[in-house]
Amino acid sequence: MKKEAFIERVLLFLALSSISTLLLITVFIFLEGLPLMAHVGLKKFLLSSHWAPTKGHFGILAMIISSILVTLGAMVLGVPLGLACAIVLAEFSPEKVKTLLKPTLELLAGIPSVVYGFLGVVWLVPLIRDHLGGPGLSLLAGAIILGIMILPTIISISIDALSAVPDLYRDGSIALGATEWQTVRRVVLPAARSGIITAIILGMGRAVGETMAVIMVAGNALKIPHSILDPVRTLTSNIALELAYASGRHREALFATGIVLFVIIVILNLTATFITRRR
Amino acid sequence: MFVLGCGRSPKKALVICVAGSTSVQPYAEKLAEEYMRRHKEVRIDIQGGGSSAGVYAAKQGAADLGASSRELVETERDLLEIPIAYDGIAIIVNWRNSLENLSLPQIRLIYQGKITDWAELGLPPHPIHLITREEGSGTRNAFEELVMGKEAEITAAALVQDSNGAVREIVANDPYALGYISMGLVEPRVRAVAVDGVLPTRENVKNRNYKLVRRFLLVARELKPGPCQDFVNFILSPQGQGLLEAEGLVGVVD
Repeated sequence: MKKEAFIERVLLFLALSSISTLLLITVFIFLEGLPLMAHVGLKKFLLSSHWAPTKGHFGILAMIISSILVTLGAMVLGVPLGLACAIVLAEFSPEKVKTLLKPTLELLAGIPSVVYGFLGVVWLVPLIRDHLGGPGLSLLAGAIILGIMILPTIISISIDALSAVPDLYRDGSIALGATEWQTVRRVVLPAARSGIITAIILGMGRAVGETMAVIMVAGNALKIPHSILDPVRTLTSNIALELAYASGRHREALFATGIVLFVIIVILNLTATFITRRR
Repeated sequence: MFVLGCGRSPKKALVICVAGSTSVQPYAEKLAEEYMRRHKEVRIDIQGGGSSAGVYAAKQGAADLGASSRELVETERDLLEIPIAYDGIAIIVNWRNSLENLSLPQIRLIYQGKITDWAELGLPPHPIHLITREEGSGTRNAFEELVMGKEAEITAAALVQDSNGAVREIVANDPYALGYISMGLVEPRVRAVAVDGVLPTRENVKNRNYKLVRRFLLVARELKPGPCQDFVNFILSPQGQGLLEAEGLVGVVD
């Protein structure tokens, strides 16, 4: 019994240590970033799009808008594709095909983001530049690359959600005379809803947080984009691009950018939890 | 400001500490490598941190030598300054672009976002795809000082890349792009245009006819005879200068 209690303690300690890391990171980001927000004023920081940190202008509006647009673009691309793929694999594929394709898709998640970025620069960017115009490095390029990058997340979690729906539901629906597609649409998908929403939110989190590939293909300009062919800089790109040489207020401003990113992610996750719980 | 400096262990008396500009850093590392190959008893630590931090470290004595890719300001003039090389900043376009020459004011207007189309430069109309470096970069800093001046700001519409190589790669592939990189990194796929009629060649940089030139400096409180003085002598020797020239810089000594 003593041993039991000891192991419990150890596990509790380990669990707490992982949570405390999160806490430490949070505290650190806020400590580093808040002074700048206080110095500039929250309103000016969030609602100005004039970013020239070495000259004393700290407005990140353009980057907030860009981050949201790139993520939305990735969702428009990634969600229908991923969901369709998950439905086919979970509902309509023979077991053999499934055991072959699912690990392959998960392999997609293991490819480093710099490789996606490189492919984007070499293949996607010239394609956009030559056929659609603009410099090629653009909102569109970022959204397409991210749309592909979030596929494995969306597909594998959606498959798990769909597979978790008991076969009884399917059998019952078919027995009532519904077609297979009706069964999937009206019975299986609603039953797997919370899992699928989780998949989409996690995909969104990946898209918001992705940095390397976006820096490589999105062009990083500081302007609010007027078209999908305009270059954009996301919040994550801003931090990664400039942190190397930043000092003083500039450095604080990058941490403040991190706070905004942090808040966006927290809001995303809370919304997800809220939607799932409301059922 | 970061405070730079090297820890000193009493055992190794022959440690030279160089701190400062990240633009100078790769060249300083090359020099140090070669010097240490010849003098096994000496260790040279090279740190980044930026020009200002490097000059400050030298002034405080935290570093033996500070590396700077900008000129010293009034309050720093009491330091000993040793120019080690010139670096030209080349304005580059794609090899298919026929642009030959830009005036300094034209470059400024382009980077301010006031000239946005190649037609305004006498070429077939097409938007200019403008590329700059990220805030804080040494090359951008020098470009801003030499071209933009105090008032003008680089337009927010410009694409931003975080290395000379990335800028070059885009210009090499995009016939409508215009960017600036360190002169030593120009290669056949991109073409350096003349500025006010002067091409960025070694000779033009050396005799200062080319306008977009910055000096790489080492600064120190004093140069005491010893390994530090010897290292500086090596940098200014034909071998050291040859090494810098091989890396694409222009030497200060003939």
